[in-house]
Amino acid sequence: MTLATFLRKKTINAVVILIAIAAMNFFLIRLAPGDPAQVMAGEAGAGDAVFLQQLREKFGLDRPLIEQFWHYMKGVGTLDLGFSYRQQRPVLDLIVERLPATLLLTGTALIISLAAGVTLGTLAARRVGRLSDSAITLASLVFYAMPLFWLALIAQIVFSKHLGWLPNVGYESVGAGYAGLRRALDIGWHLIMPATTLGLFFTAVYARMMRASMLEVASFDYVKTAHAKGLGPGAIVRHHMIPNAILPVVTLAGLQAGQLVGGSLLVETVFAWPGIGRLLFDALIQRDYQVLLGVFFTCSAMVILFNILTDLLYRFVDPRIEVT
Amino acid sequence: MTSPTAPMPILCVRDLTIALPDGADRRHAVQDVSFDVGAREVLCIVGESGSGKSITAHAVMGLLPRNLVTRSGAIALAGRSLISRSEEEMRAVRGREIGMIFQEPMTSLNPVRRIGEQITEVFKAHGALTPPERAEKAVALLAEVGLPEPAQMMRAFPHQLSGGQRQRVMIAMALALEPRLLIADEPTTALDVTTQGQILKLIERLRRDRDMGVLFITHDFGVVDDIADRVAVMRHGQIVEMGSAAEVLRAPTHAYTKALLAAVPSLTPPPVAATLPDVPALTVENLQKTYVTSVGFFRPPRVVAAVADVSFTLRRGETLGIVGESGSGKSTVGKCLVRLLEANGGAIRLGDVDLMQLRGSRLRPLRRRIQMVFQDPYASLNPRKTIGRIIADGPMAHGVPASAAHDKARELIQLVGLGPDALNRYPHEFSGGQRQRIGIARALALEPDVVVADEAVSALDVSVQAQILLLLRDLKQRLAMSLIFITHDLRVAAQICDRIAVMQKGRIVELGDTAKVFADPQHAYTRELLAAVPGRRQPSPRALEGA
Amino acid sequence: MTAFLRRFAENRGALIGIAILLVIVAVAVLAPLIYPTSPWRMVNRPFIAPFALERAPLGTDALGRDILAGLVHGSRVSLLIGLVSTLAALLVGVPVGAAAGYFGGWVDNALMRLTEFFQTIPSFALAIVVVSLLQPSVASIVLAIAIVSWPPVARMVRGEVLSLRSREYVQAAIVTGQPAAKVILTEVLPNVASPIIVLASLMTATAILLESSLSFLGLGDPNVMSWGYMVGAGRTRVLEQWWISFIPGAAIFVTVLALNLVGEGLNDALNPTLKKGRL
Repeated sequence: MTLATFLRKKTINAVVILIAIAAMNFFLIRLAPGDPAQVMAGEAGAGDAVFLQQLREKFGLDRPLIEQFWHYMKGVGTLDLGFSYRQQRPVLDLIVERLPATLLLTGTALIISLAAGVTLGTLAARRVGRLSDSAITLASLVFYAMPLFWLALIAQIVFSKHLGWLPNVGYESVGAGYAGLRRALDIGWHLIMPATTLGLFFTAVYARMMRASMLEVASFDYVKTAHAKGLGPGAIVRHHMIPNAILPVVTLAGLQAGQLVGGSLLVETVFAWPGIGRLLFDALIQRDYQVLLGVFFTCSAMVILFNILTDLLYRFVDPRIEVT
Repeated sequence: MTSPTAPMPILCVRDLTIALPDGADRRHAVQDVSFDVGAREVLCIVGESGSGKSITAHAVMGLLPRNLVTRSGAIALAGRSLISRSEEEMRAVRGREIGMIFQEPMTSLNPVRRIGEQITEVFKAHGALTPPERAEKAVALLAEVGLPEPAQMMRAFPHQLSGGQRQRVMIAMALALEPRLLIADEPTTALDVTTQGQILKLIERLRRDRDMGVLFITHDFGVVDDIADRVAVMRHGQIVEMGSAAEVLRAPTHAYTKALLAAVPSLTPPPVAATLPDVPALTVENLQKTYVTSVGFFRPPRVVAAVADVSFTLRRGETLGIVGESGSGKSTVGKCLVRLLEANGGAIRLGDVDLMQLRGSRLRPLRRRIQMVFQDPYASLNPRKTIGRIIADGPMAHGVPASAAHDKARELIQLVGLGPDALNRYPHEFSGGQRQRIGIARALALEPDVVVADEAVSALDVSVQAQILLLLRDLKQRLAMSLIFITHDLRVAAQICDRIAVMQKGRIVELGDTAKVFADPQHAYTRELLAAVPGRRQPSPRALEGA
Repeated sequence: MTAFLRRFAENRGALIGIAILLVIVAVAVLAPLIYPTSPWRMVNRPFIAPFALERAPLGTDALGRDILAGLVHGSRVSLLIGLVSTLAALLVGVPVGAAAGYFGGWVDNALMRLTEFFQTIPSFALAIVVVSLLQPSVASIVLAIAIVSWPPVARMVRGEVLSLRSREYVQAAIVTGQPAAKVILTEVLPNVASPIIVLASLMTATAILLESSLSFLGLGDPNVMSWGYMVGAGRTRVLEQWWISFIPGAAIFVTVLALNLVGEGLNDALNPTLKKGRL
C-alpha cells in the first residue's frame, strides 16, 4: 500500500486506541474504592469542599453514567487532562513542561542501545564460540536480568560517589547559569548516566536478538550463494547478513517501546531527571490521580508514536513491503 | 574414458573421501569418488537422496559445512590442485574460475538487495572492471540469460521475479567472470516442468557459447537424458557406474542403475485393463474458489480465482488424475474436495449427498466418505502419537469401538506392507516411504468412497515412489478404490491414472482417457506440458512391474 | 523425555539456574523456621554494616531491621507473586491465543484487536495505575501484573497454533472427522506445550521484576516485606549505607537471572536444531 494509505490507516488506528485508553481511564477511576470526586481530587484536593464541588459539576458526577462518560471524553478530546490541586496547574501544562526531558532521555537511550546492541550482537555472531562471544553473551544475560532501579543506584554509587566522574542527579548544574552550547553540553553531561542505565537493558536485548538473527541468517541459501561468488567475509557480513539480520531487531525495537517508556519512569525517579516519570512518582506519593492518569495517557501516546516510527523504519529497510 | 588426443579435463577428482560426523547412518558421506569433467562437456551425477552427489559438488567449491571433513583425495582444476589451497585462495577461485548455481531460486538471492548490485558485486569482489563497466557488463549478462528489459531488471528486487527468472539471475551471477566450469546443484528441481525445460535449454546454449564444462547434479533421469554427455551414478557415497549418456541410459551394467531406470515411470500409459462400470462415485459441478485481498482504501480489491468452474465425474473404481503446474489450482481442488478449504461455489456430490450444503457437526459424520493422503511424509503424522493411534483415531471418532478400530488398524498396516509391530512405534522410526504407507492406511481406515491423493509420491525418491505406486495399483484392484490423484509429474500420471484432467490457471483445459490425452493432446497447453517433460526423446524404459 | 533431560543437563547455565532456584525456593519455604519473627521488627541499632555483627550478618537498615531476615521473608513474596501472576496471565492468554489461531476469521480479528490494545499500553505505567487506583495489596499487584502480561502469551500461542493448524497431521485429523475440541486438545496443544513452558519461566522473571519495581516506587503491599520495598527504603541513604539497597537488589537480580537461565535451557533442550530427512 502507498505511504499515504499507510499513514492514514495508522493514524485512525492510533486515534481509536487513544479513545479506548481514555475510556479505560474513565472506568478505572470509577473502579477505585471511594467517591470518584475524591479520587480525582487527589489527597490534597479531597479536603477542599469547593474544589470537590467544582469537579462534580465539571464531570457531572451526579449525573447518569452515560453523561459522565460523554463529558469525560469531550474533555479528553479538547486535551483537557484535568487539574492538579496540589500543583494548582492544569495537568496538560505540567506534562508539556516535562515531556521534552523524557523524550531526550528515551530517544538517546533508544539510539545508544540499538547502535551498541547491533554492533555487539554482530561481533558475537562473527566470533561465535570464542571468548568475545561468551563475554558478550554473558554480559547480555546479566544486564537483561538486572532490575533497572538497582542498576541505577549502583551507577550512582560507583560513578558519582566513588569515582566522582559524573553528576549524581538532575538535568543540569543548578545555579550555574549556562546558556547555549555550554548549557547543551552540561545537560549532555547529566544525561550520560540516566541514558546509559536505561540503555543497558535494551542493549542486552538487541544484542541477543542480533546475535541470534545473524546466526540464523548465516544458514540461509543466499549467504551460500555469496560464498560461491567468491565474496570475502567482510562483504558478506556487510551486504548480505546485516541488512537481513537487522530486520527482526527493528521489529523488536517497536515492540519494546512500551518497556522503554516504562523504564524511563524508573530511571527518572532515581536520577531526579525532570521528565514525566518524576511527575508520575510525585503524583503517586501525593495521590494526585488526575496527574497520574494524564501521564499514563501521554505514555500510551508516546508508545503509539514509537510504533509508527519503527513501522516506517521497517518499511524503509525491507523492500518486500511496498512503499511508493 | 577420455581418449588420448582429447583436451585435458577441466576438473579432475580422484579418490575423494569425506567423513560424516559420528552418529550418522554411515561413516563416509562420499567414498573413493573419482571422475573427470571434460573442458566442453556436461557430466551429470545422478543419485537419490543421501547418495552424496550434492556433497561432492560442494566439496569442489570448498563449501562443505564445517562438520564434514575431507579425509583424502585430490581435486584439480585445469591441472592445479584445489584441495591444498587456503580459504583466501579458494575465494579467488569461486566465482572466477568456477561458478555454482543452487536448487532453491526462491531463497538463493538476497531479498533486500537489488539484482544489479548482486551481479556487480561479483566483479567487485574479484577486483575486475571499473564501476561503470561493471554495470554495463551486468546488463549484458541479464540479456544473455534471456531476461526481459535487462536495464530495468537491474533495479528490481528478487521478490518481484518468478522462480525461473531468479534462476536465470543466478546463472548470470555464476557466469559473470566467465568461469571454465559451472557446477549446477539440482538447479531445476524446484521449478515447474515448462520452466525447467527453458532453463535446461539455456544452460545448454551457454555451455556451447562459452566453451564451458558443466558438472550437473540431479536425481531426474529425464533431465540426464536431455542434457548429459556423460553420466555418473552415485549410491551411498560411491560411484557405482560411469560412462557416456548413451551407454548408461540404454545399456546399464550395474544392478542399481538398472533398478533406478526401471523405477522411472514411462510416459506411455499402459493399455487399458478393463472397462469400468459407469457408476459415479463423485460428481463435482462448477467448483469455485476465489481469494480476495484488499489493496487499499480507494482501489478495488484484488480477486484471484484459484479454482474457476471446475467440473468432473469420478467413476467407481477409477483413478482420475489432476495434473498441472504450480498455481494451476490442482491442490486447491483437492483441499476443497475434503473440505479443508471452503469453496465459494459449486457442488460436490457423493452419491445423493451434496457436501457443499453441510457444515460443522452435520458435515463431520460424512467426512469419512472422502479421505486424503498428504504430500509430506515428514509432516503428515503426529510425532507424538503411535502408528496404531494414528490409524485408529479416525474410526474411533466416528463411533467405532476401540478394539474394532485397532483390529482394523492391524489389518490395514499389513495391507500396506508393514508388520503389525509397527503399530506400537512412533513416526520418527520410519522412512519416508514407510510413512506414506501409514498415511494411506490412515485414509483407508474409514472405508471411504473416494480417496484424494495430493501429490502423495512427489516427496519421495524415485525408487521409493515406484514401490508406493505399485502399492496404490494393488490396492486399487483389491479394494476397487476410487482415487483422485493430484500430481505435477506427468510420468506418474501416465502410469497410474485411467483418465486425466489438465488444469491451467484454475480451469480444466482438457479431460479424457490417459492414453488418448498423451497420444493426441487437444489443448495447446497440454501439448506444451508434454513437450516439456525431460527425457522424452529416449525410448521409454520398462513400465512399472506388474502391469 | 530422556533425550530432553540429557540436553538440558548439558547446558551449564541452565544447571546453575536450577541450583540457584532450588536454594531460593528452599529459603522461601523454610522462612518461618529460619526467621520466625517478623522482619519488620527492630532488632538492633540502625545502619550496621554487613559482616560487622554476628547477629545481623547482612547488617541493618535505617530502622534497625535485620536485612537478612527481610531477604528471607522477601523471597516468599517475590516467588508467590511471580508464580501466581504468571499463572493468571497464562489462564487468560492461552485460551485467547488458541481460539484466535484455530478459528481464524472474525474471532481472530476481534481477539487480536483486543490483544493489540493491551500491548500498546505501556505495561509498567498501566500496572502503576491499576495498583494505585485499587490501593496496593498483593491481590491488586497480582491483578495488575496479570493484566499486562497476558498479551505476549496470546500472541505467541496464536502464532504457534496458526502454524500447527496448517501442519499436515492436524489437517489429517480434521479430514478424518475429529471434532474441533479434540483436535485442539490432542493434536495442537501438546505441541504448543513446550513454548508455553519456556515462556512461563521467562514471564515469572518479568513478573518478579515488575513487582519489585512497583514496590520500589512505594506501591507494594504495606503488610509484606518485599525485596523491592527494601531497595526503595534504602534509597535515600544509598551513597553512605549502600548495602541497604544493594543486597535486596542483588537478590532480585540473582533470582531473575536464574529464571532466565532455566528458561533458555528449556528452550535449547526442547528445540534441538532439526535435521531434515533429506540431503
